[in-house]
Amino acid sequence: MSQEHIDRLIESDYAAGFVSNIESDTLAPGLDEDVVRFISSKKNEPQWMLDWRLNAFRIWQEMEEPSWAHVHYPQINYQDISYYSAPKSIEDKPKSLDEVDPELIETYNKLGIPLHEQEMLAGVAVDAVFDSVSVATTFRSKLQDAGVIFCPISEAVHEYPDLVKKYLGSVVPQKDNYFSALNSAVFSDGSFVYIPKGVRCPMELSTYFRINESNTGQFERTLIVADEGSHVSYLEGCTAPMRDENQLHAAVVELVALDNANIKYSTVQNWYPGDAEGNGGIYNFVTKRGVAHTNARISWTQVETGSAITWKYPSCILKGDNSVGEFYSVALTNNFQQADTGTKMIHLGKNTRSTIISKGISAGKSSNAYRGLVRMNPGARSSRNYTQCDSLLIGDKCAAHTFPYIESKNPSAVVEHEATTSKVSDDQLYLCQQRGIDTEKAVSMIVNGFCKEVFKELPMEFAVEAGKLLEVSLEGSVG
Amino acid sequence: MLSIKNLHVNVDEKTILKGLDLDVKAGEVHAIMGPNGSGKSTLGHVLSGRDGYDIIDGDIQFQGKDLLELETEERAREGLFLAFQYPVEIPGVSNMEFLKASVDAVREHRAQAPCDAVSFMKQARAACKEVNLNQDFLKRGVNEGFSGGEKKRNEIMQMMLLEPTLAILDETDSGLDIDALQIVADGVNSLRSAQRGFIVVTHYQRLLNYIEPDFVHVLANGKIVKSGDKSLALELEAKGYAWLEEEVA
Repeated sequence: MSQEHIDRLIESDYAAGFVSNIESDTLAPGLDEDVVRFISSKKNEPQWMLDWRLNAFRIWQEMEEPSWAHVHYPQINYQDISYYSAPKSIEDKPKSLDEVDPELIETYNKLGIPLHEQEMLAGVAVDAVFDSVSVATTFRSKLQDAGVIFCPISEAVHEYPDLVKKYLGSVVPQKDNYFSALNSAVFSDGSFVYIPKGVRCPMELSTYFRINESNTGQFERTLIVADEGSHVSYLEGCTAPMRDENQLHAAVVELVALDNANIKYSTVQNWYPGDAEGNGGIYNFVTKRGVAHTNARISWTQVETGSAITWKYPSCILKGDNSVGEFYSVALTNNFQQADTGTKMIHLGKNTRSTIISKGISAGKSSNAYRGLVRMNPGARSSRNYTQCDSLLIGDKCAAHTFPYIESKNPSAVVEHEATTSKVSDDQLYLCQQRGIDTEKAVSMIVNGFCKEVFKELPMEFAVEAGKLLEVSLEGSVG
Repeated sequence: MLSIKNLHVNVDEKTILKGLDLDVKAGEVHAIMGPNGSGKSTLGHVLSGRDGYDIIDGDIQFQGKDLLELETEERAREGLFLAFQYPVEIPGVSNMEFLKASVDAVREHRAQAPCDAVSFMKQARAACKEVNLNQDFLKRGVNEGFSGGEKKRNEIMQMMLLEPTLAILDETDSGLDIDALQIVADGVNSLRSAQRGFIVVTHYQRLLNYIEPDFVHVLANGKIVKSGDKSLALELEAKGYAWLEEEVA
């Protein structure tokens, strides 16, 4: 098993890379107040929503793009980007899958996520986001029986204005960072979830994202509110078609877990990573954060295989006493991909606990950085954190970095950090080959073994998907 | 089944094997002995197809095929097995998963359907028992945290499940206590058959008390300098290798 052999295996194409021809109505590139107003009026938004967007836009104009992440990319010209694109069929408001553009269904089929099958077999409600606007929502009535609200956020603005007003921006304020401000100004659509008091959501909630228009930004906005004592598991998965130009993606996800509530948020991210020479690919600047009140639990699980640039730190603010935050992550980079990802665990309440398990896999000429902050505030008496941060290198041209930040302001708090770096060795591959197992399968087996601790945190329905996406990425990443 | 003619091999520009000839027929057990650095392990790795060994001359036929034309995994699927001197660890990949992938790869090559999980589990448990490994070893990562002896027994267990045509044991006896040596030898002996060949590479005559070879060859300075029956091993034990090296020189 030589470097040459590895290099050869690394060269294979992005399996989900195809473009579907659905007529879109796309806004000309550029960003000013009129664009914000256009987006808002396109969605028939009430005045308070427009004001909120405009406020965010003014804040954004005053801010500078952050440069501290361990990623390098050409300057983004925010005036070269189009900020709105919606498939035309949305005007017809499809009420069932039969009314959905057949080509859209075909796109999903190519990706191996047929909605029909998922409806029937997996029992998963899918709020499919296609180019920024939800076009198919399923199982809504079943969820309504349980009192669960699961709808496009654009719809929630009209139907549940009180909830949206109360919680939108409550976890990730408009001014939080450059990308959250941008998102707040121009967000296109996303999901809104509300689980009433004491309700256990009867099914996994799932959204598939897909970028489809060339050169348009994707600004998803997701808000999940779990009321006291409720439980919800939310699944987010994405793939994107092949592109030549870089695409900006700046999503914001806010989770609110009220007292005794439990939110599990799982992501499989497979945005187009660029080609083998490093051209194209998604720039993914995501702000994900949850706030956990007394006795609440928030768990982030992510499998990151795509994007040219990933800038993403799903975080937990452990506000209430005895609250729990978890972060389980697999981040795989290949070719010229760059990832700077990790988490923040902010312990405010007494007796709060957090666990961080991060697995970084670097192949090709990629760079993979873990950046994590664990902060114990003065009030975080008897709180604990455990962090385990492992890196796996494939080949000898990639890089792995670990940037842990630990701040403890309470002497009774305990913070543990463990980190390892290992390499898929020629000897391991030789042993596999000598037992008849080809290199591709061997690397896949070794990488899956490395990720086992994280995969077991994924919901069953998603674990298969994750394994499949990782394998697809491994075809293009090493094996 | 195996015919090696005039094999010359370089490692890092240095010639290690210098015209080695060896014929192994089905049903035979060949012991290869020799001093340190004589090229014994090189022979095993060249046969199994490890990278980094340059074949500068010679020919190897295995079951009527040109072995050197085959990839490492193809050789394995054709029935060539190498029990490693230093088996590596593969953390997180369970022994069971690894074994199943291995057996299924061989079965696929033979156009057989993959093993069903239940009957494979039974076979694997039985094989564990034969080499006196606790069944928990099937759930653990491949060689992960195994002792030296456990790793060697794990190799033998894999050999029993894969049922190779030609098995090469690369100093499988090194680092084993007497009990473990007996277990390893029992494993090999249970697989001895008229259809199967063995090449047993060892430093010491001791192993050959347990695995009785049909032929003993002495490898020195990259060549087989003397061949004989099992009595040659006893002679070497008594006299060492120096006299042979002198004789050749």
